[in-house]
Amino acid sequence: MTDFPGAPTTPPTGRLRVLAAMSGGVDSAVAAARAVEAGHEVTGVHLALASNPQSFRTGARGCCTLEDSRDARRAADVIGIPFYVWDLAERFREDVIDDFVAEYAAGRTPNPCLRCNEKIKFAALLDKAIALGFDAVCTGHYARIVDHADGTRELHRAVDAAKDQSYVLGVLDAEQLAHSLFPLGDTTKDVIREEAERRGLAVAKKPDSHDICFITDGDTQGFLAERLGTATGDILDTDGTKLGEHDGAYGFTIGQRKGLRLGRPAADGKPRYVLDISPVDNTVTVGPVEGLDVHALTAIRPRWCGTPAAGEGRYTAQLRAHGEEVPVTAVLGEDELHVRLDTPARGIAPGQAVVLYDGTRVVGSATIASTERAVGV
Amino acid sequence: MAYLDHAATTPMLPESIAAMTAQFGAVGNASSLHAAGRRARRVVEESRESLGESLGARPSEIVLTGGGTESDNLAVKGLYWSRHDADPARRRVLCSPVEHHAVLDAVHWLAAHEGAEVEYLPVDGLGRVHPEALREAIERAPETVALVTVMWANNEVGTIQPIRELAAVAAEFDVPMHSDAVQALGQVPVSFADSGLTALTVTGHKVGGPYGVGALLLARSAKPVPLLHGGGQERDVRSGTLDVPGAAGFAVAAALAVERRPGYAGAVGALRDELLAVVRSAAPDAVLNGDPGADGRLPANAHFSFPGCEGDALLMLLDAAGVECSTGSACSAGVPQPSHVLLAMGVDPELARASLRFSLGHTSTAADVAALAAALPGAVERARRAGLVRAAR
Repeated sequence: MTDFPGAPTTPPTGRLRVLAAMSGGVDSAVAAARAVEAGHEVTGVHLALASNPQSFRTGARGCCTLEDSRDARRAADVIGIPFYVWDLAERFREDVIDDFVAEYAAGRTPNPCLRCNEKIKFAALLDKAIALGFDAVCTGHYARIVDHADGTRELHRAVDAAKDQSYVLGVLDAEQLAHSLFPLGDTTKDVIREEAERRGLAVAKKPDSHDICFITDGDTQGFLAERLGTATGDILDTDGTKLGEHDGAYGFTIGQRKGLRLGRPAADGKPRYVLDISPVDNTVTVGPVEGLDVHALTAIRPRWCGTPAAGEGRYTAQLRAHGEEVPVTAVLGEDELHVRLDTPARGIAPGQAVVLYDGTRVVGSATIASTERAVGV
Repeated sequence: MAYLDHAATTPMLPESIAAMTAQFGAVGNASSLHAAGRRARRVVEESRESLGESLGARPSEIVLTGGGTESDNLAVKGLYWSRHDADPARRRVLCSPVEHHAVLDAVHWLAAHEGAEVEYLPVDGLGRVHPEALREAIERAPETVALVTVMWANNEVGTIQPIRELAAVAAEFDVPMHSDAVQALGQVPVSFADSGLTALTVTGHKVGGPYGVGALLLARSAKPVPLLHGGGQERDVRSGTLDVPGAAGFAVAAALAVERRPGYAGAVGALRDELLAVVRSAAPDAVLNGDPGADGRLPANAHFSFPGCEGDALLMLLDAAGVECSTGSACSAGVPQPSHVLLAMGVDPELARASLRFSLGHTSTAADVAALAAALPGAVERARRAGLVRAAR
């Protein structure tokens, strides 16, 4: 993030001027209310991220519709804080949507929520907030900030393991963390809903948002096909034998089993999975499930969540949103890290983030560049 | 709190509140034939006569509506439909590009759904339409013009249009012309009779009257196709049970606004000039938009662009400091868009986004301007810093 003269590098304390990012959902509304209750001076802001917002939510999804904007405004009114809509659609398109499409085009599997936190909520928004005189940005993410007496600040998993969102916040660096407020990390979601009800927030019963906010119909493949077009290529087995054809390599994800449209079953009768995607020659390689077993990976662009870490150490790693933690040995370098998994894990794709934990503490995050498989592909 | 957004809405006058509250307790549908109905009818008709007197119109020329947006829609769509019905060749709508959305979007709708051809009349750097431009546009094919619509004074930058001259050109070709005078009433003399217009929009809440009541002043020759069908209460042009308290409150507010206008315009103009000086001293590079001359601009309007700042950031910072103003016209999503008015005037889009409107009213005092003087320097400094973040990326 950009540096400002006089911007504090240690977390400011006491009564803060807080900018609460309000999506229109229950979590960010309660987070804003809690920030007010903690004695902070809070201003609500809804980020307009879609260039052409739809009027109403389609199904349960949404975070960019006019209805969400109105829900956020209503919540701010009930809480009694000023509320504005900030248009970050252009930044969002450049930094999140275009990146998402480019990553798929390159055969990788990106996580746009992480990217949004890194580039929009805790960069574009936070930078503007600080320039305008705010001390911190507050969101409804489920994660805990722990401050130590020596002034260091750590990010930890939320107490509600099912809702924990520390994975998508693993990209925050010390400076970003110093200006963050996550008031929900110590509470479970059902309690938050009750609290919203008690506070008279109409969004209490609003369904959780899922999937990717800018793909409103949930059809990621369709979204990509519209932008990347179709390009017929081969589906190969691990020997290089052609098994079928596809409409575009970006339409596949490593570990995918369904929708391969291969006429013949494998010789051994076992199901086949996508093992590799090669955008260069537009091929997709499939094979047995064992071929997915990853025992080591290299990740680039590390970002340290708080104090930078280095050297070799024992950690646990989370390899995708809502994924399980696995014990690892990691060698941490300045530009990349090497992670060896104690037991092989499946469904790991370049482009995804690896987030390292020390207990509940988030150590840092990096983007998976390559994986080593137990069985050669 | 310093309220500098009177062009959005202004506090009701106590006299208007009294006139309305006197009616709230009384029963009577002005269309009923019994005594209660006759009493209500009398209030409505007296209000209509009073409005006629205030606005230089005959009572029969006043069609009461639900406000400025309805009046604009009735004039633009209704006149288009009736003119086009009478002669299908009449499809051109000549419109200034600086109109309020109530006119602009109605015109766009006609183009999208009714086969209208929209022609924007050119405006100069101050946002003004010149009579020669209108003449040129009509003369190209007079028989194809359905109507002309040009606002009396702009709601954002306060530029006053040469309405009499424009209406004279339209009249020469027998083309009906409408004008939205929502912002003009109470600030500059507005006389329907003298204007030469076919239709004129006014509304209550901008002159100290109630929300939700307005009028379309309509020459008796004009027969717009109604938007609302029903009982035909207002000249068969507008249906709906007459709003007795609303009519009473609007009439009183309009009468007082017109009666007080000469003194008010001078006083509010002087206060506005003070405000201009305050802004220039706080932000020497601020650019005044609209007509810098006193005669060409609404006396209560000030509108500036602050280079390097975002208007919405400035608005938020001033709001936090207790100063309430506006970035121009609001948008449904609350997402700030560069003003179509400024863009039409040739202002750079980046600079257009950097704009704020300060508008004074009948309750404004020197203390309001002093509050702006105290808050503005810090707000501009911070907004500029935020602007640099954006530029530095």
